[in-house]
Amino acid sequence: MIEGNLQLVLDSLPFLLKGALWTVVLSLGGMFFGLLLGFGLALLRLYGFRPLQWLARVYVSFFRGTPLLVQLFMIYYGLPQLGIQLDPLPAALIGFSLNMAAYTAEILRAAIASIDRGQWEAAASIGMSRAQTLYRAILPQAARTALPPLGNSFISLVKDTALAATIQVPELFRQAQLITARTFEIFTMYLAAALIYWLLASVLAHFQGRLEDRVNRHERDA
Amino acid sequence: MISVRNLRKSINGQAVLKGIDLDIAPGEVLAIIGPSGSGKTTLLRCLNLLEPPSGGQISVGDIHIDAGRPLKPQQKLIRELRQHVGFVFQNFNLFPHRTALENVIEGPVQVKKEPRSKAIERGRALLAKVGLDGKEDAYPRRLSGGQQQRVAIARALAMEPDVILFDEPTSALDPELVGEVLTTLRGLAEERRTMVIVTHEMSFARDVADRAIFIDDGVIVEQGDARRLLSAPQHERTRQFLSKFIGDHHGH
Repeated sequence: MIEGNLQLVLDSLPFLLKGALWTVVLSLGGMFFGLLLGFGLALLRLYGFRPLQWLARVYVSFFRGTPLLVQLFMIYYGLPQLGIQLDPLPAALIGFSLNMAAYTAEILRAAIASIDRGQWEAAASIGMSRAQTLYRAILPQAARTALPPLGNSFISLVKDTALAATIQVPELFRQAQLITARTFEIFTMYLAAALIYWLLASVLAHFQGRLEDRVNRHERDA
Repeated sequence: MISVRNLRKSINGQAVLKGIDLDIAPGEVLAIIGPSGSGKTTLLRCLNLLEPPSGGQISVGDIHIDAGRPLKPQQKLIRELRQHVGFVFQNFNLFPHRTALENVIEGPVQVKKEPRSKAIERGRALLAKVGLDGKEDAYPRRLSGGQQQRVAIARALAMEPDVILFDEPTSALDPELVGEVLTTLRGLAEERRTMVIVTHEMSFARDVADRAIFIDDGVIVEQGDARRLLSAPQHERTRQFLSKFIGDHHGH
């Protein structure tokens, strides 16, 4: 029994790994574009003109306040009605990025706002521009505050990519579904998929830890 | 060197500076004294436009800022002015994620685009000058308040400014650390550096400053030779203020 299951998992492994590759692509893509867009939104909320601040606020509120699954359905199944037809993968990538951006925007906004005004003034006093100050003085310090919640959001994203199965993306969970439909080894296959998600999340957590050590370097006593 | 004409500043409709005129000559050490809330720190912060004035003119060398006009279009000029006007904060405001040396070279490398090696060489010399050689690679967190303030002074010096503004540079320090910072300031005064110091250290101001101004309620009440103003004030309000400092031997 156990031997048979092990054999099944080994046989299915190429399919699972192919799925895992899409999971990784969706996760990294969502992180990258989410972070980029989120940073822009954070800057708008902090320093944009009033109407833009308000737009950014509404954006964050909407994407945090509605289910990710509904957002994905709107993009993949809904947009074609408006004449925008997207393939599953781009649709999922857009959905995850837009959703991720709402979370990272809030995290980055709070982290940037938490930096003491004196840091802006110190940089200004030696003639630095606002952009230089942000890049050289504020962001490296804000990163300390932002990394732990960002790490949380990224790990959530890795797991949430399973939702892409519902819009036909052949990612890890979808592959596991397809194999169980063929073999009926439901528990084994989903366990194997779960273990792969766990591994991916652990790798991410590891890098998060390393990065945190790096930005906290100056806080060490020795 | 620095000239200020009719400098005004209101905060929430309340006039904090009511038309200040001030000239500072090269090599001069000017002490600004006055009660808290008198506007003396606001005046200092207006000089390098950390605080936007509500009106008036500020000139440093051949850079002129007209605070009667919108400041945004003058932003480039303001940044240029700040390269000529150093500022030392009450709370040091060092960059905590950079070492002492990195703090000092940040301005020269990032703003003045000096070659890094040259900036490092000069940065080391400046840290040695303020008595901190060996501390180049220490992060601010591991330095005492007095040491941090001396790094901040070196950071200001690294820009080779025409004048340095000091905003109560010893007020945030433990009493036993005040002396080392005052010694550093005294050394700078002896080099005939142009300095403007907002301070509560009256005996220091008397000994080191060439000139003193007493500010109260947003106006310059009295000004003149520092020694004379601080030991024999002419104006009643100055006398009242200084009487609170009798017996002050702090900083010696």
